[in-house]
Amino acid sequence: MLEKAITGSKNYWGWLAFLLAVIIAGVLAYLVQYNKGLMITGMSRDVSWGFYIAQFTFLVGVAASAVMLVLPFYLHNYKDFGRITIMGEFLAISAVTMCLLFIIVDLGKPMRALNMILHPTPNSILFWDMIVLNGYLAINLVVGWVVLSSERKQLPPPGWIKPIIYLSIPWAVSIHTVTAFLYCGLPGRGFWLTAILAPRFLASAFASGPSVLILLSLLVRKLTKFDPGKEAIQSLAKIVTYAIILNLFFLSLEFFTVFYSQIPSHMTHLQYLFAGYHGYGALVPFMWASMICGLLAIALLINPRTRKKEPVLGVAAVLVFICTWIDKGMGMISGGFVPNPLHEITEYSPTPLELTITVGVYAVGIFILTILYKVAVGVKEEIGDFKPGDVAPSH
Amino acid sequence: MAVNRREFIKIAGLSAALGLGGKAAFDLVLPGQVDAAQMSRPPQALQGSHWAMVVDLKKFKSEADAMALQEICHQAHNVPTIPGKQEIKWIWPTKFEHAFTHLENRQIPPDILETPVLVLCNHCENPPCVRVCPTKATFKRESDGIVIMDMHRCIGCRFCMAACPYGARSFNFADPRNYFKDGKLPNPDYPTRTKGVVEKCNFCAERLAVGKLPACVEAAKDGQLIFGDLNDPRSEVRKTLRTNYSIRRKPDLGTQPSVYYLV
Repeated sequence: MLEKAITGSKNYWGWLAFLLAVIIAGVLAYLVQYNKGLMITGMSRDVSWGFYIAQFTFLVGVAASAVMLVLPFYLHNYKDFGRITIMGEFLAISAVTMCLLFIIVDLGKPMRALNMILHPTPNSILFWDMIVLNGYLAINLVVGWVVLSSERKQLPPPGWIKPIIYLSIPWAVSIHTVTAFLYCGLPGRGFWLTAILAPRFLASAFASGPSVLILLSLLVRKLTKFDPGKEAIQSLAKIVTYAIILNLFFLSLEFFTVFYSQIPSHMTHLQYLFAGYHGYGALVPFMWASMICGLLAIALLINPRTRKKEPVLGVAAVLVFICTWIDKGMGMISGGFVPNPLHEITEYSPTPLELTITVGVYAVGIFILTILYKVAVGVKEEIGDFKPGDVAPSH
Repeated sequence: MAVNRREFIKIAGLSAALGLGGKAAFDLVLPGQVDAAQMSRPPQALQGSHWAMVVDLKKFKSEADAMALQEICHQAHNVPTIPGKQEIKWIWPTKFEHAFTHLENRQIPPDILETPVLVLCNHCENPPCVRVCPTKATFKRESDGIVIMDMHRCIGCRFCMAACPYGARSFNFADPRNYFKDGKLPNPDYPTRTKGVVEKCNFCAERLAVGKLPACVEAAKDGQLIFGDLNDPRSEVRKTLRTNYSIRRKPDLGTQPSVYYLV
C-alpha cells in the first residue's frame, strides 16, 4: 500500500519538501545541542524539564484520542466512525512517534537510552511509560495497516486482529494515565501532587485529539475526493464538547481544593501561572488566553446551531487545540517547577534553538502523518469509498 | 580473600579460551569470591551502616562560614563554578525559610532567620530519586545508606531532579571541564563528570572508603558539622541527637532524611 505515498500532485511533493526542510533545520539545531549539551536550552537547575517534556505530555493526549473512534465503532457498532478509524490510528502513530522523539531529544545522554532496557527498573514510572508508549505505537501500526489492507481487498479484517483492537482501548487510557503518574507521584511538587491529574490529562486528551481529527477531516475533504462524512465530524464535535467541558470542570475542582484548603505549597504554582508570584508572571497571559479559548470553544460547541456549521466548528476545534496546548504544552510542566522546592523562583522560557528542535520534531510527525493519510485516502479512492454509504462496511 | 591482579588475568585468559564472560567465569573458578571481594571494605575504611550528618546552625556565624565549606566540597569533587541558572552545587547555604519551607513561622527570632543554613543531599532512607530512576543509576547503598550515583549509567532524563523535594540535584547542562581555569582540575584524584548527567553530594563515599571523614566535616570548625553512624548508639551523631532537639527538612513527606539540624 505504501506505493500510494510515492505518487502525488505537485502540492503533495511540495508539502513534503517543505516538511523535510523544517526537519533538516531541526536536525541541525539538534546537532548543536548534541555537541554543546542541553545548555543551549532555557532549562535550568530549577526548571529541569521544559518545552520538550511539555510537548511529549501534550502529544500523548493526541495519541490517546484514537480510542474515541475505535471504541464507538468496535464496541457500539457506530458505523459512521468505521470509515475514519484509520485516521485516528494513523494520527496516533504520528503522535506517539513525536512523543518518543521528544523524550530522546530531552535526554542528556541519548546514546545511553537503551540503559532503560539493559537495566529494567519497574519501580520507575518512566519504565512503564516506555512500555505503554512503544506498545501503543506497535498496536496502532499493526491494527491500522491490517485493517486498511483488508479494506483495500474489500474483505473483512482477519479474526486475530479483533483482540488487538479491543486491547487498544484500555491501552489508550493507559498511556495517558501512566504519563500523569510520571508527575503526580512526586512528593515535593504540590502542583502535580493531585489524584485528578490523570483524569485531567484524559479529559484534555479527548478534547485535543478529536479536535485535531475534526480539522484533519475538514482538510482531507478539501484536498482529496474522500469525505469523512458530516455525521462522523458532528459526532467528533460532540465528543470534543463533552471532553473540553470535563477538562475545564476538572481544572475548577483543582482550583477549589487548592484555594479552599489554602495550603501554600499547592497554591503557589497556580498563583504563579494565573496571577504571577512575587512579581514573576511570564505565563499569566498565556494561561488566561487558554481559559478564554476554552470557554469560547464551549460556547460555540454547546450550541447545536453553531456546532453544526462546519466553518464555525473548525474555529471551535482550533480554540480547543490552543486551550489544551497552552495548558499542557506550556503551563503544566514549567508550572510545576515554579517555585522550586525551596520556594525560590526561576522562570523558564525556551530558546530559539530549543524551539527549532521542537518544530523539527513536529515536522517529523506531520511528515509521517502526511504519508500515512496519503496511503489511507489512496485506498479509499481505489475502492470507490468517496462518501458515506458508497461502500458497504466490510467489518 | 580478594582477587589479585595475577589471579584476575589468569581467570580472564582461561575464561576467554572457554568462551565465558565476566562473572560467570569467576563463579566457575572461584565461586562466591567475586561478590565477597566487591562487598568487603578496605581495612582502612570508616565503618558505618547508616551514615548521617548533624548541622549545628548555632555554630554558623556568617554566610562566609558556610561558603568556605561549600568551597572545600566543590574543590574536592571538581564541581565547576558555572554562572547563571544552570549552576551545579552539592552543598550550599540558604535562608532558614528556604531550607525549612514547612516551618513557616513569622515569630522565629531574627538571628535564626538570618543564619545561613547549609543544605545538601539528605541521603534519605526512603529516597524519591531512587524510586523514579529508570536505570538504577541512582541507588541507595544497602551497606551504609548513602544515596549514590553511577555516572556511567545515568541517561540524563532528570526524573530524579523532579522527584527530589530538596532541590539537591544538579544537571550537567554543559561539559563541566570547560569551566576549570586552564583545564586544571582542583582535585586530580577525583573524576570529572561528562555533560548530560545528573550529580549531587555523595557524602564523600570516596573519602569514607579510605578512612577519611567527608571533606566538609573535616574542614568544619568547632562542631559545625558532625558525621557518624546513626545505627551506632555510641556514635557522636547519636549522642548529639539524644541530647539536643533536632529538626529535618520536610519530614512530612516521609523521605526520612539523614541530615539533621540543631537550631
